[in-house]
Amino acid sequence: MLEIPLSCLKVGKSAVVKKLTSHGALRRRLSDIGVVEGAVIKCIGRSPLGDPSAYIICGAVIAIRNCDSGGIIVTEI
Amino acid sequence: MNNSSFDKTVALAGNPNVGKSTVFNALTGLHQHTGNWAGKTVETASGFFKTEAFRYKLVDIPGTYSLIAHSAEEEAARDFICFGGADAAVVVCDATCLERGLNLVLQIMEICPKTLVCINMLDEAKRAGIKIDIELLEKRLGVPVVGITAHKKRTLKLLTDRLDELCSSPAPENVRKLDYIKPIEEAADITAKAIEEQSLSLGVPAKWTALRLVDGTLTSDINSDILKNADVCSAVEQSRAHLSKDGINLDILQDKIVGCIFKDASDICKDAVKMPEREISKLDRILTSRALGFPIMFLLLLLVFWITIVGANYPSEYLGKALFFLGDRLGELFSALKVPEWLSGIIVDGAYRVLAWVVSVMLPPMAIFFPLFTLLEDLGYLPRIAYNLDKPFHKCSACGKQALCMCMGFGCNAAGVTGARIIDSRRERLIAILTNSLVPCNGRFPMILALISAFFVNSAEDKNLLSSLLSALIFTFTILLGIFMTFAASKILAKTLLRGEPSSFTLELPPFRKPQLTKILIRSCLDRTVFVLGRAAAIAAPAGAVIWLLANVSIGGGTLLSYITNFFEPFGKLLGMDGAIITAFLLGIPANEIVIPLIVMIYEQSGVISEISTEQLFGIFSANGWTAITAVCVIVFTLFHFPCSTTLLTIKKETGSWKWAVLGFLIPFVIGCILCFLINACF
Repeated sequence: MLEIPLSCLKVGKSAVVKKLTSHGALRRRLSDIGVVEGAVIKCIGRSPLGDPSAYIICGAVIAIRNCDSGGIIVTEI
Repeated sequence: MNNSSFDKTVALAGNPNVGKSTVFNALTGLHQHTGNWAGKTVETASGFFKTEAFRYKLVDIPGTYSLIAHSAEEEAARDFICFGGADAAVVVCDATCLERGLNLVLQIMEICPKTLVCINMLDEAKRAGIKIDIELLEKRLGVPVVGITAHKKRTLKLLTDRLDELCSSPAPENVRKLDYIKPIEEAADITAKAIEEQSLSLGVPAKWTALRLVDGTLTSDINSDILKNADVCSAVEQSRAHLSKDGINLDILQDKIVGCIFKDASDICKDAVKMPEREISKLDRILTSRALGFPIMFLLLLLVFWITIVGANYPSEYLGKALFFLGDRLGELFSALKVPEWLSGIIVDGAYRVLAWVVSVMLPPMAIFFPLFTLLEDLGYLPRIAYNLDKPFHKCSACGKQALCMCMGFGCNAAGVTGARIIDSRRERLIAILTNSLVPCNGRFPMILALISAFFVNSAEDKNLLSSLLSALIFTFTILLGIFMTFAASKILAKTLLRGEPSSFTLELPPFRKPQLTKILIRSCLDRTVFVLGRAAAIAAPAGAVIWLLANVSIGGGTLLSYITNFFEPFGKLLGMDGAIITAFLLGIPANEIVIPLIVMIYEQSGVISEISTEQLFGIFSANGWTAITAVCVIVFTLFHFPCSTTLLTIKKETGSWKWAVLGFLIPFVIGCILCFLINACF
């Protein structure tokens, strides 16, 4: 399966987290809210200006900036 | 119940925005402010309640996703649960995202076996088609689990009954133990053994302490010899060496630990929680759409202002009349009691009149604006504003949540400054605080409106549709100018004084919720209104006395006020205004609302503040040499001058330093001076 950064995931598509390459506070914040290896994430929309995007993570809707979600490597399902 | 008589201390924990504060309020009868966004509780609050069995002290811990401390709130939460001496912990989870809540539950259970899991918002989950098998969860977790709907009192009985049961019996036996991968378990055992042999227990399970020592998150602020003990230290090294044999170095240890916890949480939820595929809600599709997102946001904001301004008109007028009537009677009473004229002047004409003015012009708009704002907050619309507006703020190296502070600033800059607490990064919070007064608050709206209608609308024949549209247009332009300056100033601050990388931005967009109109709305609006008004009044009264003294004490043929006015005359002229206007702005620091009456007072040399109509304004101002350019300069200066004293005090309080308050004073002031100077020089 092709590995892509989460920021490239199209609206309406789901993906499985393969790797988390972010560092520091962002990495911890992301893992806190459920962005861990194997988690399923669905992209459900983008803000009117195209950034940030909204994802369903662990049942909650979370907005993440594209530059931050670039460090989350996923494969589409 | 008084503070000293309680038998059990219970910690109330949970993820942000799961209704923890609602549970807290419902149990203790206190009124902690609740709002539909993550991170409202910043300080720990405690309250008391009583059941048939015990008297409880309930400690509301800041909302946190995990106990792995990396922010102030999380550290506070962890320290309280570990070392705060709680008898039991109640962990509130959101039924609509239980798995994430269980992540915290598992971590808390690791420290405190007397844990009660409280699944909140069952009604909402039911509506969303989520099915939760509470019995199965309880069996798997080994601790009591209750499902409630926090704003329905009777469901809370379940919670208190189980809490009584939990507190009156020994710790549950079959509490689920977190399953780590083998190397981590083995490493934990090595250090845990050393801790037990040295009997250096911190009052929490040795395995937990061991893991925190190994992953290095237990820092020196823990008051114990454990970090200095040679045997423990060498065991920690041994554990770390053991881990690196399996390729787990310190960098990824925490990830592995978090991964294990999430894995466990997801195992627990398997079959116990059935969730339908979640989609974006229809409302979100509209409110955050490319085409309608911004127009709706703008219209809503406009609607809120319109209701506030129109709705506040009459109550303000009546309140003003009533308070001034009382003032006149007070004056009569003073003269009947033969109080010296200067004293009655200071108290009645000075302190009381200014106070009456401030209360009558501030109270009604605030009492309307804050409930409206709270309504949007309760609905969950505010995070959508941050979502829509994050990109421009990001471009200015600021945080999207600043949009919320800005919106709140339209109501009251002091409230906007307080609202900046929701921003995690200190740098971004400071940017939000320092730029907040660049948008006009409720106190400045009427002033801008009065000047627009006196100078730009009145002259165009009578009031017709065209003129009111024109006034709305100018007004909108003024607001947009304020917003534009907020961005510009944020960007400049981020490039100079407050340099730094933009921090990460993860914003939860909670489901829209039906607001609890009667209860929360009235309560929270009163809290906010009274808070702001109280601070304003505390300054308005003494300032009123000073103003009266300045206007009535004469030295060498002129009042003190006239000397000050003359002193500022050249400066005022440079900015397209005059000395009287600058003096009025300076004396109007307690509340911007009194600036126009002060200008009138100085022009008329009346010595007291009195009420004045818009029609009279134009006449008085024209007679004192105002032109359209003067009016433009005054409007711009109203938009950008120094914040009121309430806001300045709040900045000092929120940042802990006068330095930032001074900067908060200078930033808008300098912008205003430059703009007015340019306007005056160009026209």
